Amino acid sequence: MKVRIPSPLVSYTHKREVDAEGRTLGELLGDLDQRYPGLRFRMIDEQGALRPHMRMFVNGEQVRELSIQLRSSDEVQFIQALSGG
Amino acid sequence: MKRTSSRSKSSNPAAKPATGPVALLVATRKGAFLLKSDRNRRTWNLSDPIFLGHIVHHAVQDPREPKTILMAARTGHLGPTIFRSHDSGKTWKEAKQPPAFPKAPEGKKGQVVDHTFWLTPGHASEKGTWYAGTSPQGLFRSEDGGATWSSVKGLNEHPEYSQWMGAVENGTPDGPKLHSVLVDPRDAKHLYVAMSSGGVFESLDAGANWKPLVAGLEVVESFDPKNLWFHDPHCMRFAGGNPDRLYQQNHCGIYRLDRPGETWKRIGKSMPKSVGDVGFPMTVHPRDQDTLWVLPMDGSGVWPRTSPGGKPSIFISRNGGKSWKRQTKGLPARNAWWTIKRQAMCSDAHDPVGLYFGTTSGEVWASRKEGGRWECIARHLPEIYAVEPAHSSR
Repeated sequence: MKVRIPSPLVSYTHKREVDAEGRTLGELLGDLDQRYPGLRFRMIDEQGALRPHMRMFVNGEQVRELSIQLRSSDEVQFIQALSGG
Repeated sequence: MKRTSSRSKSSNPAAKPATGPVALLVATRKGAFLLKSDRNRRTWNLSDPIFLGHIVHHAVQDPREPKTILMAARTGHLGPTIFRSHDSGKTWKEAKQPPAFPKAPEGKKGQVVDHTFWLTPGHASEKGTWYAGTSPQGLFRSEDGGATWSSVKGLNEHPEYSQWMGAVENGTPDGPKLHSVLVDPRDAKHLYVAMSSGGVFESLDAGANWKPLVAGLEVVESFDPKNLWFHDPHCMRFAGGNPDRLYQQNHCGIYRLDRPGETWKRIGKSMPKSVGDVGFPMTVHPRDQDTLWVLPMDGSGVWPRTSPGGKPSIFISRNGGKSWKRQTKGLPARNAWWTIKRQAMCSDAHDPVGLYFGTTSGEVWASRKEGGRWECIARHLPEIYAVEPAHSSR
């Protein structure tokens, strides 16, 4: 499925849109980490939680749980919440 | 746990002074910079930013492999990582497994590394070994040059961890930290660490076991110094040429400890009363155990932590803290409300020793004459977190 990558993570993927697979968001992130090593830990902490200022969207809807089910036709987007400076 | 032997040395005049150019690794809230001198340390050139926009808490050269630099970085939204360069900062690789606490069992709350705060190269005999101190307090070790990091369980999973360090919410506003990781140059297994909060700890077995070393240290008035998480060391260093002597700039004063003694002596009481002995950084002469420098900050009222009276001053002691002398030549005489963080002051290994510090307002100041005269060598940088020396590899 298509995954939109935020600019702070493009140093891993070298492009803004990539393909990845997974039955859940957690699996998708695992697949992304296989393809682009180190990317997952910048988004997900060692206890398995989404880092505080990262946001995930599936088909335009914000989601928080990594267990959410995905279909191959879904579009996933990650963004980060930047502060004022 | 008792150390059986102690090799006291008064100084280390045999250590040969460094010569040639000096590079400074300047870590800032918006990236890192290299500041390189000519061979006389008179002119300085600033590099382009390295990892512009990343929060870099520390960048440190490996004295065993001088072309190697490790850098502790994160951004405001991405998790913490370590970058490594093996060509003096030209190219960088990210750690495969950055410092991270163990995953907690199901149903238990585990700790999360917010940022790596401190980096220390391991012992000269252990090539590729590094230590990292994190926020919240954690100690991590790498044995492959910083590519992968593992938790030092003897500390991070100690049964008394929470009594020693307190809860994360009890820490400082930008997070409690483990810092000042010191490796005894005579014994790779002999380690010291300091924690804000938590105090000073010593291990004689490479981190398997630890004991607190806080006797004599004061805590904020009316609190009980027996409670370790009231202790707040800010910066701890070995004395130059004598690893049996430790100096410490603490939240509550400046201290010295001569091993095998276990009681710190408050040497900051001989500082001028109008200045006090609160501060963050300190640095030492590389070859003289009696010489050290501090950069006091205002600890009155709400603790502005700025230069007292808006008049920045470096203080030197050449007698182990018995007396202090103010060094201000070249520094602004007034209206300079500087803050200097604990990693942002260092010395080189030249003769005379070069001293350097960076301000949170983005200036780097240097003295080629052991503090006798100061000049600004860079300005307009982002908020400076750390300044470390790097000597050229030959």
